[in-house]
Amino acid sequence: MNDLILKEVARFLFPFIELYGFYIVFHGHLSPGGGFAGGVVCGAGFILYTLAHGHKALYSLLPRHIWTFCESAGLAFFIFLGLVGIFVGREFLANSSAGFPLGRTGELFSSGLVFLLNLAIGLKVASTVTTLFLNLEEED
Amino acid sequence: MMSLLIALLLGSGLFFSFAGTVGLLRLPDVYCRLHATTKCDTLGAGLVLLAVMISGRPLSQIVKLLLILIFIWVANPTAAHILARAAYSAGTPQVANTSLLKEDTPCSL
Repeated sequence: MNDLILKEVARFLFPFIELYGFYIVFHGHLSPGGGFAGGVVCGAGFILYTLAHGHKALYSLLPRHIWTFCESAGLAFFIFLGLVGIFVGREFLANSSAGFPLGRTGELFSSGLVFLLNLAIGLKVASTVTTLFLNLEEED
Repeated sequence: MMSLLIALLLGSGLFFSFAGTVGLLRLPDVYCRLHATTKCDTLGAGLVLLAVMISGRPLSQIVKLLLILIFIWVANPTAAHILARAAYSAGTPQVANTSLLKEDTPCSL
């Protein structure tokens, strides 16, 4: 649907939606939300952009192979972070016992592994939601 | 005095939400229902958020609530517009005695 109002509002809101998604992902260990919720917000922002401007505009922003690469990279990053614990001789997904710095409670860069796991899940969920939408749209 | 103002804002926000819900349930077709529910979001949620904003919170929370309010006021009319336009271009039936303006009649969407 070619609509001027939707196009302009989507262009205006898109960076703020992405910023809010990143905020939820980065504060996953401090406030409600986390990797999944923030990733869904980011993916919804990309879907809104695609609905308003068409998927050519989205592919000029980030091409298709980068989306599928991010989908695999998020999962691979998560498994790699879990295997670090086994590599240093602890259990899978070991946090402070595997040597991740915990930091002070309540600060942004604290809680060691959980922060990085939220980043991995956010990347995975955002790219998966967007790729699902693109697959469904291309079937038409 | 301040709590009276907060109660007034909350009450009017509740009234608009109630009116929007009644309109959603009782009005005859898509366009009338959209007209009712848009008021529900814009004024109902807006007035309740305004009441929360003036109820003595730290500045960081007030700024966040203000951003939510601006987001609702931008996104909600756009969503209603695009819903009405999609319904019109899909040929959703209108209630009897609907009078269109002459320049609205050609469906060039």
